[in-house]
Amino acid sequence: MKRGELIESLINIVLLSLLVGIAIAIVCMKDLFAVVMLAGIYGLISASFFVVMDAVDVAFTEASVGAGISTLLMLVVITMTGRTEHPTRHKPLLAIFVVVVTGGLLIYGTFDMPYLGAIDAPIHTHVAPRYINESMQEVGVPNIVTAVLASYRAFDTFGEVVVIFTAGIGVLALLSVVRRRDEDSVIDSINDSMHEQHLILRIVSKMMIPFIMLFALYVQFHGDYGPGGGFQAGVIFASAIILYVLLFGLSTARKVINQTLIQLIAAFGVLFYGCVGLVSLLNGGNFFDYNVLSSDPIAGQHLGILLIEWGVGCTVASVMIIIFFNFAGRKEFQQRNGNLIDNISKKNKGI
Amino acid sequence: MIFDLDIIRELISALFLFMGSFLCISGGVGILRFPDFYTRMHAVGVTDTLAAAMILIGLMLQNPDGLVVIKLSLILLMTLFINPTASHALAKAAFHNGLMPLIEKNKKNNSLPDKKQESEKG
Repeated sequence: MKRGELIESLINIVLLSLLVGIAIAIVCMKDLFAVVMLAGIYGLISASFFVVMDAVDVAFTEASVGAGISTLLMLVVITMTGRTEHPTRHKPLLAIFVVVVTGGLLIYGTFDMPYLGAIDAPIHTHVAPRYINESMQEVGVPNIVTAVLASYRAFDTFGEVVVIFTAGIGVLALLSVVRRRDEDSVIDSINDSMHEQHLILRIVSKMMIPFIMLFALYVQFHGDYGPGGGFQAGVIFASAIILYVLLFGLSTARKVINQTLIQLIAAFGVLFYGCVGLVSLLNGGNFFDYNVLSSDPIAGQHLGILLIEWGVGCTVASVMIIIFFNFAGRKEFQQRNGNLIDNISKKNKGI
Repeated sequence: MIFDLDIIRELISALFLFMGSFLCISGGVGILRFPDFYTRMHAVGVTDTLAAAMILIGLMLQNPDGLVVIKLSLILLMTLFINPTASHALAKAAFHNGLMPLIEKNKKNNSLPDKKQESEKG
């Protein structure tokens, strides 16, 4: 017991110091590509840290979002903006002053916080005992995190889904470009010539993509019993499609995935989630009170959680796909206007 | 008899885990000590695939019955597919962007991109 604790704290110390080291390296570096890679590693290490803390669901989200898809999106951005940070000519003394003071205040604030894992900490005495002791009777889902996220805190989760949907709308409003049909063939031929070089990658990914999608569905529908749920599943599903786009080109992917349909699915997910709440209102319960969805309260809870997770998964997956397609479409737009060949080589680097 | 088998299993598992850890560490040393991108790539690409496989087999032997073995062998299968492909992609990208392997002849030309590649790996 004692030895296990020692090893665990040793692992924690190593992981946390790695995080600090990576953060400092990110601040010091000028090469944005390296910064993005380091940010991905940062996400992966924080995911490992969460696993050590037994927060498997959070770790899963951090690994798929922080280390996976945000790295990808940042890479797409870098292909548009260029690789190096502009040198600053002035000394940012004021900024350093503000940062140091804020950081000092935050560290001062932690002195008032209870110790990590203290049994009398407010977080362990407020609602957590009820979640831990009674969620099995009230919700009937083995994974307490899913019970809290999808049932007790369904309204908060609805807010999160709306935030993600809003992000998708924002990207659509800012970045979407009107495509001219006549140039498709030019882009096609460029993509073809480029992708003949990636034969091995294409074959291996073709084998992998179905399994990635299957895994996403597993995570989606197994979220009640193990770590997972709509958010992670959506991101994993989107990453499978993004992998396809990376290797087979945007125009091929546009033939497979209809943009309008994807936007409709994004809206459908949010609406579906909200409608589950409305149905429970109409059946005489509170907003998102799943007990009234079925004659048996536990069955109602199961049904409600399944439905809203499905809505979350739809929205997250399609918003990620929308964001990626619009970023990459912007890049294509730049290519068309600028020097085609030059930009292609940059894009190759990015990939 | 069963007792003996358990000990043998533990020993084989420990051997696999030890070999895997050793290969991981040697790959890390290789990254730090080898002179250019491709040799580093080689150090990590080769050892990591084998090390991951060995550690996974060692873990399978730790708990030889049940779902764990199936899950670990799926991870092993994925690793065997993905690791070599990732190494291939990295090496190919480097080669396409004009990074030449370090041989006596172009040692001079290589000093600059070598440093850049080092920061990319980070």
